Formats: sequence, C-alpha cells, structure tokens
Amino acid sequence: MSITGWQRESSKESEATAAAVCAETPVEIPTVTALTERSVLSARRWFVTMLTLAGISLLVITASLRFGAEEIGFSDSARILLEAFRYGATRIDLLGPSSVILLQVRLPRVLLAFMVGSSLAAVGVALQALLRNPLADPYVLGISSGAALGAALAMLFGIGTTVLAISTLPLWAFVGGLMAIVIVYRVAASYGRLPVHTLLLAGVILNAIFSALIMFITSIMDPNRSFSTMFWLMGALTAPNYPTMVVLVLYLVVGGSILLWQSQSLNLLTLGEEPARSLGVEVEAVKKTIFFTSALLTGAVVSVSGLIGFVGMVIPHAVRMVIGADHRLLLPASALVGGTFLVAADTVARTVLAPAEIPVGIVTALGGGPLFIYLLLYRKSGLAV
Amino acid sequence: MRETERPGNRLAYRVERLRFRYRHDGERQRGTGKEWALTGLTFEVLSGEVLGVIGPNGSGKTSLLKLLARVLRPQEGEIHLFGSLLAAMSQDAIARLVALVPQDSRQIFPFTIAETVMMGRFPHHRSRSRLFGFGWEGPEDIRLATQAMKETDVVHLAHRSIENVSGGERQRAIIARALTQQPQVLLLDEPTAFLDLHHQLEICMILRRLNESRGLTVVLVSHDLNLASQYCDRLMLLKEGEVIRIGAPQEVIRPDVLEAVYHCEVLVDRHPLSGLPRVTLPGRPGGRVAEA
Repeated sequence: MSITGWQRESSKESEATAAAVCAETPVEIPTVTALTERSVLSARRWFVTMLTLAGISLLVITASLRFGAEEIGFSDSARILLEAFRYGATRIDLLGPSSVILLQVRLPRVLLAFMVGSSLAAVGVALQALLRNPLADPYVLGISSGAALGAALAMLFGIGTTVLAISTLPLWAFVGGLMAIVIVYRVAASYGRLPVHTLLLAGVILNAIFSALIMFITSIMDPNRSFSTMFWLMGALTAPNYPTMVVLVLYLVVGGSILLWQSQSLNLLTLGEEPARSLGVEVEAVKKTIFFTSALLTGAVVSVSGLIGFVGMVIPHAVRMVIGADHRLLLPASALVGGTFLVAADTVARTVLAPAEIPVGIVTALGGGPLFIYLLLYRKSGLAV
Repeated sequence: MRETERPGNRLAYRVERLRFRYRHDGERQRGTGKEWALTGLTFEVLSGEVLGVIGPNGSGKTSLLKLLARVLRPQEGEIHLFGSLLAAMSQDAIARLVALVPQDSRQIFPFTIAETVMMGRFPHHRSRSRLFGFGWEGPEDIRLATQAMKETDVVHLAHRSIENVSGGERQRAIIARALTQQPQVLLLDEPTAFLDLHHQLEICMILRRLNESRGLTVVLVSHDLNLASQYCDRLMLLKEGEVIRIGAPQEVIRPDVLEAVYHCEVLVDRHPLSGLPRVTLPGRPGGRVAEA
C-alpha cells in the first residue's frame, strides 16, 4: 500500500499517481464491507454461533443420559422424561427402576456437570482478561482451593450445613475464593507488569498452602466424614438433590449475567488497566465486580463438586482460537463449550470403570495438565507479556 | 460529527501546581532517590495547537501524559480540561474528549486490528442505552473506524490478529483507535518510536492534517527533538519533573538550553526547507568527511 491518506491530499501528486488513486478507490469499497463481516463481531454472528453451540450442547447432554452402569435407550429416556413432565415428580416410582435412575441420578448429575463446567469456563475467561494471562484458571491460581478451604472449614465446624434447608456452603466457599483471588491479584499488580510465569508460581504456592490447610482439616475430622471430604476434593460430581440444584442455578444465572454484562469492559481490560481507563472504563469498579463474581461462581461450583481443574484454562483457550477474542461472544460460548466438555468428561468418568466411578477431576486433570504444559512450552510468543 | 461542541479559542488544558509521585516503589523502579515524578508543573495547552513535550529520560513526560488522560491521579494540583475540573469528570466523559496513545500497547489475546480500532467507540456507547451492556457497533461506528484505519493505512490488516503484526503496524492501529474515539485532544507517547521513516512522516502528516481540518489539539511526547521541532507549534522542555522552558521551537531548541538540560554538546542549525531549528550530535572527534 504505497498510496495512502495524506498523499492523496497532497497537491504535489503527479497525474499518474492521481490516476492510480482513482483506480484504487472502487477496490476499497468491498474492503469496507468485509470489515463488518469478517473482522468485527456482529449480532448475526453472535446468534448463529450461540445457537449452534447450544444445539451441540443439547445433543451431548442427550447422548450422555444414555450411558452409565445401566443402559437406558433414547426412546426410553424420551418416554420417561415426557411422563415425568406429565405426572410430576411424585409418580416417578410408578415408572420403574429406569426412570428412578434417569431422573434421580443421571439427569441431575448431567445437569450439574454442565453447570459446573460452564461456570468454570466463564470464570476462566474473566480471570484471563483481568490478569492479562491466557493461562489463568481458578484451579491453577489457587482460587478453587481457597474456596475449598472455606468450605472445608465450614464442614469441620458444622456451620455450613443448613440454614432453612438450604446449604450455606457456597457462601463459605465464596469467602475463601475471594480471599484467594485478592491475594493473587495483589501479587499480580504489585510490580506493575508481571511476567505470566510469576503469577502461575504465586498460584502454585497458594495452592500448596491451601492444600496443606485442607489436609490438616480432613486429618482432624472423624474418619467417615474425612473420607467423603477427600472424595469431594478430588472433584466428584455426586448427584445433588433438586433444591440444591435450584440454589446453584440461581448462583450461576446471577454470576453469569454479571460477567456477560461486563464483557465489553473485559475486552478493554485486556489492554491493561491504564489503556482501559483512557478508553473510558471505570477500572476499579469493574475489577471489584469481576473479583466478586468470579469468587461467587467458583465458590458455588467448588462447594458442590470439589476441585475440578483445567476446564477454566483449556476451554477458553480453545474457543478463543476458533471464534476470536471478543468477550461478548467468547464468554457465553466458552460457558456452553465448558459445560458440554464436562458432561462428556463425566460420562467417561462414570462409564470407563463401570460400575465403579472415578472423580471427574481426575479425568480433566489428566487431559488438561499435559495440554497446559504444552502451552507453557510452545506458545511462547503469546506469553511474553 | 461533534463540530458544534468544539470549543473556540479556549484553553484545552490549564494545569496548576501539578505534583505527582508513584505510590508504590514497585510501580516504577527508577532508583534515583528522587521522590516526586512531577514537582509542581504549571502550564497551559492552547486549544488547537500541537504541543511537543521533550526532555531527558525520567523527566516525567510519560507521567504527565497519563495525568492529562486521568489514567493516573495527581497528589496535588489541578487540571482543567476545556474549563472543567478533570478530577470531577467521569472516565467515559474524559474518554470522549481525550484519547491517549500509550508507548507500549502489546496485546496477548488474538483481537483483530478491526476489533482493536473499534474499541475506540466504547466511551460513546457508554452514554447510550445499551442492549445488555453489549454495545453492538452500528454502521456509524464502522464508518468512523474504517475512516481512521484508512488514515493510518491499516485497512488491509483489518482481519489480522494484533498479536501477529509488526510494532509499526500495531502502533498505527492504536493511533487509529485513538482517532476512532473522535477526541478533541490527542495525547501521544512516543508515537513514532516503532515506525520507519515513511510511516513516521505519515503519522506526523496525519496529526497536522487533523489539527488543521478539525482543530484537534495534540500533545506529543517525543525523544526525537527534530521531529518535535518540525511538527509542533510549541515545545515544552521538562527536566526532573519541572518545566525548564515552554515556547516556539526557536526558543527551546537552542544550544545553551539543551546543553544545560541534557549535559552534552549539541549542534543546532536550521532545517534547509522549513528554517526551523535542527539538532545534531557533534559526531566522533576528527570524523569530518573530506569534502569532494
């Protein structure tokens, strides 16, 4: 592009150059149209992408209902679901053992996996933007274990169990997660521009401290509870009862909406705090909102499913590579993909050694860990902050 | 266009007794023992002028620019932007009037150049009612972004990821983003640092043209004394957080003034075409080329 803006207005142009300018002008009009279609997020692309991903999620969820210790065919599943809708939950027992398995074990578990996966991915997206670090993840940074510590403390003292029949564990986990996130951010912000790896190191240390405290707590619990606590920490999706699910849905809908509402601000925060401010973002307010919401979502998720790692790092990474970096689409798309991914991973976890089950946290760590190391080693250009 | 809002012959900035220091030592490790980055600056920026801010390393140029955009807040002193107190304005109201082109704008996420430029519309979306905080860009936003990208010669890079373009291309994209903000004042920190000669000239010409056609006020921090001298109406020379001299290039680019500030010998002559002062280093001793 040798013919450029200011030269066009320069009076010293030779006639030949002027002719070339005229010849080039019509060529630039399609470029302008291309700008809207390819390079900038449009509402149309948003809806098409989201609908496609929602369709895929639905397919995977339906498929995963089929698999388990007891095979339930698609037609049976469909019939049971329809009957359940028609008669309500009270008549489930009349529909036979398959329906009990489907409605009281498998469906809640699959829905839980979806919600946990989507929340972890959404929190991962938000943290990556806020910390300007593509490897940020609530698990790697120690925020999940902070939340787990909060929940474990509540379990130890028996205060987290029930208030008005609703578990307050998510709140204790929220407090623990918030504490961890503030520590991580203080470390990240204290030297202005922090190398990516230093932040990860801070997360590793924080993880080690919290894990030690959690192990101390489990060691002084009575053996029965200590075993179930250990299993929970490994990232086990045990099917919750429906009231717990409803509470969880509330947490996730509120948290997810807040993150989505801040998605344009997240876009600008990837530039750094000062440039974001110069473009009109009230950085401090946005930061606090993201902290609170991330801790809230992580707390809610950890209190029901323990420590499930790498979903929050791998999923946003992969989704970003395909659909681009705009958080208005990246955030909800990652949530859908994260949920779908965890449903699939959990299906593996409960079928591969059936009838025995392995915690899904083990599956995600075995898959995500090596990928994390790969990114750390080979994606140098993007990490050189 | 915001032509009607354009202030006439008012001051763009009135700065009084501005004192600033970084709160945490870690924020900037200068290690000189000097506490204040800026020690009581008082000056004015005229509406519609191009003001160059020059001075040695660590003289507070970048800090000053960040204070003018209220990216940082001063400990003491007042800044008035077109007559209103900067400290009392909302961040997006400032961003509709003032655009900042920072020195370093590396991006680690794969935003396209077009998306990056479009971020300049954010402060304008804030004031409108927004669908779920999304702020879908309308045709007017796309038109403004495209125009800015044409002016800085990055249209052909629109769909490229900003992490994969050269420093100069990124710098031009960031300037396009600032122009997309439709500001009254443009603050630039070393805008030509990554650019080759061709694009240096181009950016300077764009700035002058916007200055002349739209009355854009430009404050430009530069280490390049010649560039500042050629393209700025006035220069402000800083040293250790103080204004040493402010005035036309002829009054500031003088051997005695520069030698006192930079502590080295310089040669000042006149540019053969513009007649404006030109600075050169004395060169190595005895390095005189034999005249043909």
